[in-house]
This record gives sequence, C-alpha cells and structure tokens, in this order.
Amino acid sequence: MNKTFRFIKARDNIMRGIFLFCAVFSIFALGCICVFLFANGVPFIGKIGLGNFFSTTWNLNNESYGILSMIVASLYVTALATTIGVAIGLCTAISLYKFCPKKIVPPIRQMINLLSGIPSVLYGLFGMVIIVPFLRDSVSPNGIGYGILAASLVLSIMVLPTIVSVSLDSLNAVPKNYYEGALALGTTKAQSVFMVMLPAAKNGIFAAIVLSIGRAIGETMAVIMVIGGSPLMPKGFFQSVRTLTANIAMGATELRGDAATALVATGLVLFFFTLLLNISFTLLKGGFSFERKRAQKTNA
Amino acid sequence: MKESAHRRQMLKYQVMKLLTQGALLLSLAALITVIVFILVRGLPYVNLQLLFGEYSSKNPTIKPALIGTLYLVLISIVIAAPLGIGSAIFLTEYTNNKRRLIHIIRIAVETLAGIPSIVYGIFGYLVFVIALGFKYSLIGGGITLAVMILPVIVRSTEESLLAVPRSLREGSLALGSSKVRTIFSVVLPCAASGIVTSLILAIGRVISESAVLILTIGMVVNKMPKDFASPGTSLALDVYYFGSHGYPEQAAATGVVLLVLVVSINIMATIIGKIYGKGELADG
Repeated sequence: MNKTFRFIKARDNIMRGIFLFCAVFSIFALGCICVFLFANGVPFIGKIGLGNFFSTTWNLNNESYGILSMIVASLYVTALATTIGVAIGLCTAISLYKFCPKKIVPPIRQMINLLSGIPSVLYGLFGMVIIVPFLRDSVSPNGIGYGILAASLVLSIMVLPTIVSVSLDSLNAVPKNYYEGALALGTTKAQSVFMVMLPAAKNGIFAAIVLSIGRAIGETMAVIMVIGGSPLMPKGFFQSVRTLTANIAMGATELRGDAATALVATGLVLFFFTLLLNISFTLLKGGFSFERKRAQKTNA
Repeated sequence: MKESAHRRQMLKYQVMKLLTQGALLLSLAALITVIVFILVRGLPYVNLQLLFGEYSSKNPTIKPALIGTLYLVLISIVIAAPLGIGSAIFLTEYTNNKRRLIHIIRIAVETLAGIPSIVYGIFGYLVFVIALGFKYSLIGGGITLAVMILPVIVRSTEESLLAVPRSLREGSLALGSSKVRTIFSVVLPCAASGIVTSLILAIGRVISESAVLILTIGMVVNKMPKDFASPGTSLALDVYYFGSHGYPEQAAATGVVLLVLVVSINIMATIIGKIYGKGELADG
C-alpha cells in the first residue's frame, strides 16, 4: 500500500517536472533568440559604427551597410497599409455589427476567419500579377508599378481579416444596455453606434490596430514580391525600394560573411520594433479584457 | 430651424451608414478577388505532371515541395505538440503556486507569438545553418517552425483546457485518483477535440509559412529531399520561387494547391471545433 502510494507520488512529481520543462521551454527559446540576435548583431553594429549603420547607403561593393532608407520604407509601408486597412476594416466591422441583415453576419464572419489563414505568399503573388501591372499601366506617373503604394495595398488587404474580427469582437463585448440607453436618450440608431458604442470599444479597436501594425511591419513574402528591392531612400509611392524584412529575405539567398551579419543586425532592429509593439499591445489588452469582463457582468 | 438641424443629423448618419456598408462590400470584394484570381490563373495548369512529374527547367514540378512540406509538418508538429500541450497543462493545472513563474512564461509565449517570421528565419539560420553546421536542411527549418508555432498551440490548448469544468477535476480527485491521473484520464480526453483543432491550425501555419524557410532550408526547388538533413523546398516557397523566376503559370497553379490545402485544413478545424462545442452543450 505504502509502496504504491510512493510510486504514485513519484510519478506525479516526475510528470510535474516534465510539464514544467515544457512550459519553461518558451522562456528558453525566447532567450536563445535574443542571445543569438544580440551576440551576432551588436558586435557588427559596433564594428561599423552606429552612424554608418543608420546611414542611407547600402552598398555591398564598398561595404557600406546603412539601413536608414529601409527603416523609412518600412515605416511608410506600415503606416499606409495600416491606415487603409483600419479605415476599411473598421467600417466593415461597424457595418457587420449593426448595419446589415443579421442573417448574413455569421457566414461572412466565417469567411473572413477562413481568409485570415491564406498564406501571405499568395497575397504577394496577387500583388505581383494584378496590382503592380495595374498601378504601372493606369496610375503611376513614371511607369513603375513596384514600390510603397503596391506593398501597402497588398498588406492592407492582408490585414483586413484581423482588423475586422478583432474590432467586431470588441464591439460585441460592449454591454447592450449602452446602446439601449443611448436610444432612450433620443439618439438615432446610427448616432448611438458611432457616438456611444464605438468609443466604448476603443481599447479593443486599438488592440486590432497594434496587431495589424505588427503583421504589416513583420510581413516579408507579400512585400518582397511587390516592393521592387532597390536599397534607396523612398522619394515617392512609385519607386523600387526595400523594407527591413525585404532586405533580410533578399540578402539571405545570395550573401555570405560580413553582409550576412548585416542582415542579422537588420533583424535586430526589426526585433526591437516588434518588442515595442508587443509591450504596447500588452498594455492595451489589459484595458481590453477589462472591457470584456465589464460586458460579461452586465450582459449576464 | 430645429427641423432642418434634425434632418441634417439624420442625413449625416445616413451617409456614414452607407459608407460603412460600402466598406463591407469593398473588403469582401478585395478578399474574394484574391481567391478568385488565384483559382482562375492557376486551375488550368494544375495537372498530374505538375504535381508528381519529374522536375525539369522547362516543366517545373512541385513534387519536391510536396515531400518537403510533409517533412516540415512532421518535424515541427512532433516537436511542438508535446511541448505546447505540456506547457498548456502546466499553465492551467499547476497554477496554485509559482504565480510569478507562470506570469513570466505567459509573457515569453506572448512575445514569441509577436516575433515576425523573418526574425525566426534569422534565428534558425544562425543556429542550425551556422552554429550547428547543419547547412541548409529540412530539420533545421522544421525545428525553427516548431518554435514559431509553439505559442499558437500553447494558447489554444490552454483555452480548451480552461473550458473543462472544474467539477470534473474535483470529482476525479475526490474519487482518489492522483493529479496526473486526473489530467490524463479526465481533463485531456475532455479537451481532446479542442487540442486537435489547435494542432490542425498549427499545421496550417506551417504550410503557409515561407519567410522562415527562405533562410533555413535553402529553397532547392529541383531536387527531391533525400532525408531530414537534406535541403529542400516547400509549397509556399515554390510559389515565391516560380513567381520571381519567370514561371507565373506554375506559381498560380502551386498557389491553387496551397490554397486548397490551407482552406480544407481550416474547414476541418472548424468542423472539429463545432462538434466539440456541441459536446460541451450536451454535458452542461
């Protein structure tokens, strides 16, 4: 009896250790990523100097590895893609929330969920074969389709499903009696949606925006197929440029040695950007889950 | 006077309402266009030769990519599934002490989920291609992908474990079974379909991923991978390769294969999730 008990106790402790190991593995993996990125990237930045690293010339022939133009291109693309995506996505969510027949909402939601799983490389292919030629032939003033506008359009379509489903969730999380209260005070249906429900869901909507910024700034495949790829300072919408992610992916297939380390340093910069976004997302999510709890309390 | 102000208000909001409906149509149209475009461009070129033929530069095929993708799915799921499920169990079932540790693990998982895939690619390149000397290999890419899908599995497994009613655990413990036995014979079976759904979604992520692989498996599109250690390609990488190396038809056709795979995987996950949801209701 005692022996069996001891055996069970030992088994419990061993399994607990195994589960603990699994859980700690995430910390270990994150630590590894940080160590490898820093150990390879920081000495390189030190070697060529911070000023050179954040300069605008990227020329492998005379060993200048300045990534400022790529940072600027990344920021342009991200800002434009998020603006377009959020504007359309948020309006779509509002429309799904109140202004369309209730029956068609579930199938549309399901379809949008399905669409969020489409591989980014397919968006890239779409951009390369449809959007770039279209921009080249009928919009661009200089006959170039590649560039910031093409990348932003592709990315804005790509982030749409994320924005729609997260902001629709947060709208749904707002207590129903806010809406009824607003109606009772004499507002029209549309007014109460725009003036009451939307502000009440703002934390969740901000979370959706941060999420889509993260996806846009980190996206590689969809971007490299439409951005062109010249390491130049962006001067307009229709010009072949390079984002941080495109720099890594384009360099990866052909570079060795010092230039490859430059890519690691580029990755380090990108990693910093995403850490910043992560922190702000965590802060926002605190507010978001508060909103949801409040809703559960009042709706129940 | 009052009347006209009221009417102006009504008009303003009517316009806003119309705008949002326009946005709904626009976004649906954009997303559907992407799918229709790939189907229209690609379907005519999907044939047995493309799928299973021998690779030549005139008639590129995706047979190496199919095998490569299969290898990658196998490697990454075999590694990530036990780790992910194990850590989800720790995060949900062992919460009574070590609050701080659990908090740190949560932060680590969230951070891992937010890292762009190309950064995972650099990590895999530094670790497997350079430091461990594997060169470009499917195993290196697979392990990197495993780290990448780990947060996906942890989070959704955690959700389905949390959905198992507390009373079931208490009942099992009250009947005298140990904690481990409770986990394995009560909690996990109850959450099984949720966990399976999360694994299927993780497989979908692996199949769609390409930025990680460009840096870790070498994009060798024309040779069959011999084993886990050989370089290779995947379906998503093939789309990029064909697209940027002058094979637009093959790119679109590969895109169709990829699309069909990913969509059917997602539908499968939804169906399993639905069955799970119904089971839950019946229990309650």
